[in-house]
Amino acid sequence: MEIKTKHLEYTYQKNSPFEKRALIDINITIPHHSYTAVIGHTGSGKSTLLQHLNGLLQPTGGEIQIGDFVIRSDKKKKGLKALRKKVGIVFQFPEHQLFEETVEKDICFGPMNFGVPEQEAKLRAKEALKLVGLSEEYLERSPFDLSGGQMRRIAIAGVLAMQPEVLVLDEPTAGLDPRGRTEIMEMFYSLYKNYGLSIVLVTHSMEDASKYADYIIVMHKGSVYKHGTPREIFDKPEELIKLGLDVPESIRFQLKLEKRLGIQISDQPNLSIEELTESILSYLKWGVTQ
Amino acid sequence: MNNQIVQFKNVSFRYDTDAPYALNNVSFEVFEGEWLAIVGHNGSGKSTIAKLMNGLLFPEKGDIYIHHLKLSEELVWDIRDLIGMVFQNPDNQFVGTTVQDDVAFGLENHGIPRKEMIERVHEALRQVKMSNFLDQEPHHLSGGQKQRVAIASVLALRPRIIILDEATSMLDPRGRSEVLDVVRELKKKEKLTIISITHDLEEAARADRIIVMNRGEVYREGLPEDIFKMDEELIRLGLDIPFTTKLVKGLRDNGYDIPKDILNEDKLVDYIWKLKQNI
Repeated sequence: MEIKTKHLEYTYQKNSPFEKRALIDINITIPHHSYTAVIGHTGSGKSTLLQHLNGLLQPTGGEIQIGDFVIRSDKKKKGLKALRKKVGIVFQFPEHQLFEETVEKDICFGPMNFGVPEQEAKLRAKEALKLVGLSEEYLERSPFDLSGGQMRRIAIAGVLAMQPEVLVLDEPTAGLDPRGRTEIMEMFYSLYKNYGLSIVLVTHSMEDASKYADYIIVMHKGSVYKHGTPREIFDKPEELIKLGLDVPESIRFQLKLEKRLGIQISDQPNLSIEELTESILSYLKWGVTQ
Repeated sequence: MNNQIVQFKNVSFRYDTDAPYALNNVSFEVFEGEWLAIVGHNGSGKSTIAKLMNGLLFPEKGDIYIHHLKLSEELVWDIRDLIGMVFQNPDNQFVGTTVQDDVAFGLENHGIPRKEMIERVHEALRQVKMSNFLDQEPHHLSGGQKQRVAIASVLALRPRIIILDEATSMLDPRGRSEVLDVVRELKKKEKLTIISITHDLEEAARADRIIVMNRGEVYREGLPEDIFKMDEELIRLGLDIPFTTKLVKGLRDNGYDIPKDILNEDKLVDYIWKLKQNI
């Protein structure tokens, strides 16, 4: 399912003294079965954009097309329920939304709300639990007796049980320890690779964006500052740094080292620590490789 | 720096009588004026330590001393005056409608006279470099700014100890370094004791000393350079290795004998530069 925006605009509290333009002329395409990362600092419009992806917000200008659904500023929103089945959003700290007595009931709540019969919902709960890496034993447990990392997985399972085609993730690893973070990011990547889901990841982590995404959108002050592959995005790291954004650690180190040495150690920014190690090794062995 | 300001003596705690111990026979000290980082995986007991320190929870076994006061129901309010806490989510700790109202809130609760209150609010906001935001609404601030205001609210009450409980984990990299820079300066200028509870090892690297928690026990204690030498062991504990340490390891694995105790990027840059001169 492709998502496409045309001159998308969003203004909070329009025509009031508190009017605030959050999105300005956004034109992006998120291709079918892709992994897209949205980066930008707080207030750049990332979260506002995200809320348009399943019709939580209606544009105040322009339009957004999500598969067959078109949401425009001048038309009343219709058929949103069907849309929301297809685009699942995992908000920040989704475990705060758990509420049922058992894990099974909690996961079933979403699908049953969309009219899935109980038997089917239970089957889906089992599958979803497997996808997030937890065994069936958890079904009968109270979600509130679980650890933070497990609760987050349950909340994500609740979204997966609705069988969305696109999974939108807002800072999904915030607050998790490093191991939990890696496990959850690998899980999303496998959902993308092995189960055909599209992923839209909103993140502060440039490492995650460059490691997992095949496409990155950089938001700045409500506009799209730049979009492209990780290599294209980080091609001019100084630009991003000037905007107050971070670059992956490997690139930051590379810039520092090149400044000290007075020469380039590689003809491109090194997106990972492995690439960087290679560049340093070849520099030490052969000198400049230009 | 050898004055103990916090002491945990054989402290055990569990949330429920049939739950496993969240803290099991934990002993450690914090010295006045130091920055101590407590790191550990989710559920290792680090946040429980924070809650015990200011009497939000009480130990089942063992004793806790804060500034030589033994933590007890009677003294809990005196102890809370010594400790300021900043939590994870900047949006959950605002009560005022403007930045200065928010900082004044705690002072009002303490019945501080208006004139002194105004002075303290201004001073605290100056200390965290937020003087230009007195009348701003908190929700218009960035995450880093919000956390700095939260720190100011705590500072205005003049505590001896500030506990940062995952206080930077929801911030973007810029916000994180804003907050940590302010904390470093406060520690230096105001001689505050800082306890930061975190699983961000880059944040821990800024501390004077690190305690590693694992499954409710103190696993290791040491200087950042000693802790980061633990290498793979940290990963087994659910943590990570700082970037520079990883890079050193990669180069060592390829036959370059780079000293393991290079922990900081600038030193590694220098080392590589020198290495090339000598080849």
